[in-house]
Amino acid sequence: MAEITLIEAIRQAMDEELARDENVFIVGEDVGQRGGVFRATVGLFEKYGGERVIDSPLAEASIVGVGIGAALYGMRPICEIQFADFIHPAFNQIINEAAKMCYRSNGEWTVPMVIRAPYGGGIGGGLYHSQSLEGLFTHTPGLKVVVPSSPYDAKGLLKSAVRDPNPVLFFEPKKGYRLIKGEVPEGEFTVPIGPANVTRAGSDLTVFSYGMMHHYTLQAAETVAKEGIDVEVVDLRTLYPVDRDTILKSVRKTGKALIVHEDNLTGGYGGEIAAIIAEGAFSDLDAPVRRLAGPDVPAVPFSHPMQDWFMLNPAKIAEAIRQLARY
Amino acid sequence: MELSAEIKREMYWMMLLARRVDERAWVLHRQGKIAFHISGIGHEAAQVGAAFALRRGYDWVTPYYRDLALMTALGYSPTDFMLSLMGKAAEPSSGGRQMPSHWSLRTANAVSHSAPVATQTIHASGIGLAIKLRKEDKVVLTTIGEGSTSQGEWYEGVNWAAVHRLPVIFIVQNNQYAISVPPEMQMAVPSSADKACGLGLPGEMVDGTDVFAVFAAVSKAVERARKGEGPSLIETRMYRITPHSSDDDDRTYRTREEVEENKKRDPLLMARTLLEKEGLLTIAQIDEMEAKAKQMVDEAVKAAEAAPYPAPEDAAFPVYAEEVRRG
Repeated sequence: MAEITLIEAIRQAMDEELARDENVFIVGEDVGQRGGVFRATVGLFEKYGGERVIDSPLAEASIVGVGIGAALYGMRPICEIQFADFIHPAFNQIINEAAKMCYRSNGEWTVPMVIRAPYGGGIGGGLYHSQSLEGLFTHTPGLKVVVPSSPYDAKGLLKSAVRDPNPVLFFEPKKGYRLIKGEVPEGEFTVPIGPANVTRAGSDLTVFSYGMMHHYTLQAAETVAKEGIDVEVVDLRTLYPVDRDTILKSVRKTGKALIVHEDNLTGGYGGEIAAIIAEGAFSDLDAPVRRLAGPDVPAVPFSHPMQDWFMLNPAKIAEAIRQLARY
Repeated sequence: MELSAEIKREMYWMMLLARRVDERAWVLHRQGKIAFHISGIGHEAAQVGAAFALRRGYDWVTPYYRDLALMTALGYSPTDFMLSLMGKAAEPSSGGRQMPSHWSLRTANAVSHSAPVATQTIHASGIGLAIKLRKEDKVVLTTIGEGSTSQGEWYEGVNWAAVHRLPVIFIVQNNQYAISVPPEMQMAVPSSADKACGLGLPGEMVDGTDVFAVFAAVSKAVERARKGEGPSLIETRMYRITPHSSDDDDRTYRTREEVEENKKRDPLLMARTLLEKEGLLTIAQIDEMEAKAKQMVDEAVKAAEAAPYPAPEDAAFPVYAEEVRRG
């Protein structure tokens, strides 16, 4: 099995889906000849041509809206938003159109499409190339929200997303694009949208996270293991609809829960996980549910000392684990 | 294309039927039998003229809320509309989920739309892109009010079609009011057709009270689009004879004299006068049409009143495509 990077896994998934189904096409800014500013689509323009790997005008609402129109016609668009931070002009198309189409037409019309968006900070991107925005979209029935954390999942989940009959928002941890490597089998496989993944079994407490923070959480778990704290780690992977069963099963086993995400704390996704645990596993808890999240400032600042202050990392996660373990 | 007497009479019939359906909706509202109506009175010539320029059921349409006559010409029946006004289960656009006049008719390739304006413009371009990618000869017709051409999404949608030379016909129905706001507060150009110049497609203004003039202009645009020569923008100009909706009071922003003056250019009256002058329509034929329309509307109201409401628990579905129940 070959070890590849997260972004290589994403590129492979798109390559294989383009080859498998002629209805699949890619649309976004600089996805063509340039191969994407992160190089996610590199080589695909040459391989499949400008009709299937389309450079969009610089207007995000139209990237998603054109995707919706094509999907209504029976195509399977993969729309790329260059940075998640630029998704806001397309908010209306995602929330009011893609997500509501099936319901509002009583199932007459459906929108099978993927919206890929690199998210997250720690890359010197400042306020507008660093945002984590899952909290804005995990409040939206009709939409599926997926965040992979490993190359295996990235490839398998993206292939599932392309084949899904619904709109899927696919947030990619851009800091991990080349940092995160992993083994990915050759050939066809998919990872189902929905189930969370217990990536490390443990007995003292459970950490719930996803994307880049899941990658860091695994590192933190190794650190505290040397101190005798046995951490269970759950990669949520699909944030909406969320896998309640895996969450509750793990908390019932360990009795303590920490939720880690890079997005802002207040009103963030962690609150929903905390509520699920409070409602479903209250009597199994040995400690209050804890959240470790990005601070409540508008976005990640540019200057390195301030960026480091904002960003979570394995050390901060390890410290939060220790505190919860001591409770 | 020269229209036969029969087709001309059929166009008049569609306008008449839509008018009588629309008028009955106002009556039902005053009787307290329905909660809401948004009217297309004054728009019938533009909509029927445009519809007849299409290969109906083959070409695609992304409509907007004032398109009762367009939808009638596409096969949306008086009973369908009455079911919609009353929120009944068998209403074909949404099964009672959407407000009335939020159209969708899968059998006519008329796509579901929302209430935030201009979202459907981009969908039209997406459908046009899909048609082009599949190398088919279908066209897409999309409609909108003049006020909504202020939206960024409108420009983005038209721009897409112009850049990629997509088979889309953008119809603007300029009825002089965006609820209460006149065109000079929406745009600095005399006509929305003038906006085409800056976007790189042909723009034309046509008398929207003349059904045959609209037919001729749209037919030309359809022919261009079908031959792969790209999109067109057509502003049809008319006067909104009714208030914006049943919740609006237009006495707060326009005089009765102005409305009465504009009723002289009622498109139904104009078509009738023209057809009578050409000797294509007799009083007897008109009487017959009126009687038929009245009967159809009466029966539609009766059928809709007798039809069941949706079960309350049907409100839970279908959020995702997997939940769609067919047949």
